Amino acid sequence: MTDDIIIRIRDLKTAYGSHVVHEHLDLDIRRGEIIGVIGPSGCGKSVLLRAITGLKEPSAGSVEVFGKRLETLDPDERAAVERSWGVMFQDGALFSNLTVRENVMVPLKEHTDLSPQLCRELADMKILMAGLGVQAGAKFPSDLSGGMRKRAALARALALDPELLFLDEPTAGLDPITAANFDALIRKLQRALGLTVFLVTHDVDTLNATCDRIAVLGEKRVLAVGTIDELRAFDHPWVQEYFGGPRGRAATGH
Amino acid sequence: MANPSTPEFALETSGEQTILRVSGDWTVRTVQFVDDELRELEGQGPMVLDTSALGSLDTAGAFVIDRTLRQISDEPARIEGNHANAENLIGQVHAVTDVEEPKRPPHGGLVDMLERTGRGFMNMLSEAKDTLAFLGETLVTTFRLVLTPWKLRWTSIVSVMEEAGLDAMPIIAFLSFFVGMVVAFIGATTLSDLGSEIFVVELIGFAMLRELGVIMTGIVLAGRTNSSFTAQIGTMKMRQEIDAMQTLGLKPMDVLVAPRIIAMVVTTPVLTFVSTLAGIAGGVIVGWLALDINPALFLDRLQSNVPLDQFWVGMSKAPVFGFVVALIACRQGLNVGGSVQSLGSKTTTSVVQAIFSIIVIDALFAIFYMEMGI
Repeated sequence: MTDDIIIRIRDLKTAYGSHVVHEHLDLDIRRGEIIGVIGPSGCGKSVLLRAITGLKEPSAGSVEVFGKRLETLDPDERAAVERSWGVMFQDGALFSNLTVRENVMVPLKEHTDLSPQLCRELADMKILMAGLGVQAGAKFPSDLSGGMRKRAALARALALDPELLFLDEPTAGLDPITAANFDALIRKLQRALGLTVFLVTHDVDTLNATCDRIAVLGEKRVLAVGTIDELRAFDHPWVQEYFGGPRGRAATGH
Repeated sequence: MANPSTPEFALETSGEQTILRVSGDWTVRTVQFVDDELRELEGQGPMVLDTSALGSLDTAGAFVIDRTLRQISDEPARIEGNHANAENLIGQVHAVTDVEEPKRPPHGGLVDMLERTGRGFMNMLSEAKDTLAFLGETLVTTFRLVLTPWKLRWTSIVSVMEEAGLDAMPIIAFLSFFVGMVVAFIGATTLSDLGSEIFVVELIGFAMLRELGVIMTGIVLAGRTNSSFTAQIGTMKMRQEIDAMQTLGLKPMDVLVAPRIIAMVVTTPVLTFVSTLAGIAGGVIVGWLALDINPALFLDRLQSNVPLDQFWVGMSKAPVFGFVVALIACRQGLNVGGSVQSLGSKTTTSVVQAIFSIIVIDALFAIFYMEMGI
């Protein structure tokens, strides 16, 4: 069924100058799944995220989100697509001159006709949902710890109840307990809202706890896609080392 | 994506219970249509929520429904109907929003104003104190380094000299040239009424040597170099590079501040010299073209009628201006906090303080030299 595919990447090539990051990259992401993207550092996981969200023009090939190619859309249609996804960047990318609450209110104010009071209430609810206290809403991002900033960024990414959520290393730099809570939170939200989540991560625990499928990036393309068990059987030195190493074994209980 | 249908609701009382029936789509794009009416709902518990006609629901819709249920009755509501995720979503929203919101004490307008005034005053005092402390620290560091020149970071000094000195030379020369022309024109118009155009030479000489050459340099440095220093150091501060430096055993005072101070103290006199020459050149051109004063005659008269003291008066201010500009820039740069906004505001403060200080210091110099009789 083609309808089930929410993101379709075909023969993607991205390059910075003469440095080619991806070549002949194909990937399908199904509606309602959490797909984890792993790969060695510098293999272009974040660049893939940028290519899908239209922040980086592909040099060749196509990226279709909701069955539409971003670069062919007129501004209104593109804005409609952008409204239906939320992105959480690696270090939060919160607007530093706005408080956390105002950060979460930005998409609400920009893309809906809600009254200011309701905007505030909804923003507070998202902040609470992301696991921060009410008092965090009035703080500026520079007053927050790294973990709190990630939660605030998640709250902003979820502000419009997007169908599609991009998370760039959501648990990096968090302590294991907070990270586990974060994993559970993502899973819970995904189930409740029927989200599709594109998750870039290094964390085997996160993969194990949240992901339905995992895509392995390497050698400029997608090496393999599958469940953890399928990947463990996949014959590639990096994949074997990833899941067969001490951390990988501990996380997946093998 | 299909167009969402308008959310609707109805409140019914049957016996003991109050039933809230919701239908249509309750999402972030639609809830504004019912929000105001929902806020005014009243009833008596216990509550039942009927979701059998509910369309799509997201957390915004769930939040509004949960808020309404709570507003009507303190008891938890029973959820009926077979909506796919209504119970789950409302339950989640209910769980997270179940906290007392801390109340802020109310403030009167007058109290607020007094508080702001007090804070402003205290900030001003501490700003002055911090500037003096920074001045002291800078002087100590710089002298210590000058006495042990092998510890100086020559590469960064030379690089700052090029970036802040050499690269600023064309703009400073250009501006001074035009200021020289303007002064000569003003002089020419006024003096020609008295038939003594030749005094333009003295006017240009005194003005450029004593004041305008060095002032123009100071102003350009305050706008150009000062802002770039503040932005550079501020960005490093913002990205924690300064913290990294300290943990590596590098002192920001030695690595960032001292080279800039030394480079500026050395280059500003050179820039002032160029600026003065350019200003006099502007005067010579106007004298030649508009007043028929031969350049040779101009320079001859300049030499004989304008004492050399005037040149030294101007030049003596140059290192002080350079020092002040670099000092303010470094201090404001190191003051930048974690946000982009603070970078912007510190850069502005830095430029404003630099220009202000240059003009005030120039005035102090003028009084000093007047008393000295030079």
